[in-house]
Amino acid sequence: MKYLTEYRDPRLARALLDEIAATVTRPWTIMEICGGQTHAIMRHGLDQLLPDAITLVHGPGCPVCVTPLETIDRALAIATRPEVIFTSYGDMLRVPGSADDLLRVKSRGGDVRMVYSPLEAIRLARENSDREVVFLAVGFETTAPGNAMALKQAVDTGLTNYSQLSSQVLVPAAMAAILAAPDNRVQGFLAAGHVCTVMGIREYLPLAERFGVPIVPTGFEPVDILRGILQTVRMLERGEHGVVNQYGRAVRDDGNSAARAVMHDVYAVCDRKWRGLGMIPRSGLDVREELAAFDAGKKFRVTDIVPAEPEVCIAGQILRGLKKPPECPAFGTDCTPMHPLGATMVSSEGACAAYHSYARKGLS
Amino acid sequence: MNDRAKFQGLNCPLPFLNHDTVQLAHGAGGRLSAELIEKMILPRFSSAELDCLEDQAVLDLPPGRVAFSTDTFVVDPIFFPGGDIGDLAVNGTVNDVAMSGAEPLVLSVGLVLEEGLPLADLHRILCSMERAARAAGVRMVTGDTKVVGRGSCDRIFINTSGLGVIPAGVSLSASSLQPGDAVLVSGTLGDHGMAVMSRREGLSFAADIRSDTAALNPLVRALLDGGAAVRALRDPTRGGLATTLNEFAAASRVGIELNEDAIPVRDEVRGACEILGIDPLCVANEGKLVAVVAGRDAETALATLLRHPLGSEARIIGRVLDTHPGLVVMRTALGAERIVDMPLGEQLPRIC
Repeated sequence: MKYLTEYRDPRLARALLDEIAATVTRPWTIMEICGGQTHAIMRHGLDQLLPDAITLVHGPGCPVCVTPLETIDRALAIATRPEVIFTSYGDMLRVPGSADDLLRVKSRGGDVRMVYSPLEAIRLARENSDREVVFLAVGFETTAPGNAMALKQAVDTGLTNYSQLSSQVLVPAAMAAILAAPDNRVQGFLAAGHVCTVMGIREYLPLAERFGVPIVPTGFEPVDILRGILQTVRMLERGEHGVVNQYGRAVRDDGNSAARAVMHDVYAVCDRKWRGLGMIPRSGLDVREELAAFDAGKKFRVTDIVPAEPEVCIAGQILRGLKKPPECPAFGTDCTPMHPLGATMVSSEGACAAYHSYARKGLS
Repeated sequence: MNDRAKFQGLNCPLPFLNHDTVQLAHGAGGRLSAELIEKMILPRFSSAELDCLEDQAVLDLPPGRVAFSTDTFVVDPIFFPGGDIGDLAVNGTVNDVAMSGAEPLVLSVGLVLEEGLPLADLHRILCSMERAARAAGVRMVTGDTKVVGRGSCDRIFINTSGLGVIPAGVSLSASSLQPGDAVLVSGTLGDHGMAVMSRREGLSFAADIRSDTAALNPLVRALLDGGAAVRALRDPTRGGLATTLNEFAAASRVGIELNEDAIPVRDEVRGACEILGIDPLCVANEGKLVAVVAGRDAETALATLLRHPLGSEARIIGRVLDTHPGLVVMRTALGAERIVDMPLGEQLPRIC
């Protein structure tokens, strides 16, 4: 299939693996930022094929995983209200809040609907003028422009029964937080390719400079990922830092300025709590103050819901690359996709779920 | 739709009734009930047993062990590319019976209709059931119709139960896999699930995908008559191939190894799955079977399947091992190995 098979070509992949093996002379720890990359690495078994000297650790780039408990609890509080049609992407529905999840709210009679696009929620608002339609706007810079476009449509068409509960996050701030931590072990990054299609690569230059690391925007197919790893290893071996784009077929240096413009029209940068990582300054996007009528948190007065994160799960250490899922005592026993203790086990793109699906029980 | 089906479709115009939609009274046992049954249902499902209108069907079955199965169909949407809830309800139960090696013979049909269902939709579904039953060679011998108030069900639910007789000498079971056996699939995976999802969610990029709903009893017969030692058959419906093979591995306490390159998936299904973040191995099929046969008979079984129109895209996809009992693993195209797990529940499309 065009744009798929050529990036899964075993011969190309084998050649890249050989080149990586020939390049590496000592141990390196590289973080892939995006959950989609983690998923592809596990699904295709890339981690088994790389030289032992290369350790891949799995970053915080799964929007479901990093959405803080307070957002889930606020979503649940809103979804329970009888006048509300609560809309969300599918994989948020199963994420556990303090005591509940959206699917259970639905089973008790809450009107919770899965949508594929934020514009579907706009349509629902038009068709149900006597109801309040709320969209759970989570995700990174990749999804934010689409969410922003939907909110802009609501504003432009004078919809008063539509609002967003926003918990959107920004990648560079999280990378800075990981690199600045005293126990950091990440030496290079595969940056999230699709985030870069929107944001471009320039915002990573100061990070690469400040922390002296290679940052390589990378795609999601095996050949893309191996190219990203090869580039990162080359730079590490040479002692170089900087930003080198390995996802040229999708990422332009200056990204997509139209998408960024609509995003900034609607959202303002804010401090944001990440599940497992805690508060990171200037790492989120919130509905702008002047559009507060479209901010579901304010509209339904749920911003005072601030639950404490449970202590049991090591998702925070996993999201910062300090530990791997099987190092958690609860992994695969007390914590499974059926009964997730933490968010990294919930989403199919969470690191714990990817390990559980593809690599548990130490296959030889 | 083939020409014969089209011709049959033209042969059953919507009977004239006093209503356009299903009324509560259609299920109340009075005159309207009788009219619905006599004008709409009996003409579609005529059989010696049914036409007596007794409270039960009395069956003369050929000798042998009897396979018996039941399934309830609640699909949304009720019409989808490649089929509808009617042929699905017939084929689904026929296939469940057939996977035992039995020749399916008779079906029962229970209809739960929502008040307000257009009678034209009901008629279309009944015609589709009639065609599917005829194609599968099964008779509808008993049935029941209920009407529930608006909002109490989603337009129409159908339960079908089926009986078949297992020929002497045939004994298939999920627990009889042995190391060295070969795993085959009769064609491409994921077509039905993605066809339904594409219609339900209005996914324009997946508009070309059609359900594979089909009665597999002729293919089962061909396979059993083809000379290969067949251990187990199953149609990988909900939960897809991943669920079926995990059930086989657990029941037989064996490992199963799949070869990723060999698993047939249509490009459009693979593309839709990639976009939504769904694994085609976990998507439902309604016209495919998984066969486990003795390793030495793998090529014989494959040739038999390939000769049949329902198996023309069959492949040998893996083998049974004595290592890692209970686990299904896949040799990836790149030469690594990964687990193929049973899906948790309905697969949920991802955010990005």
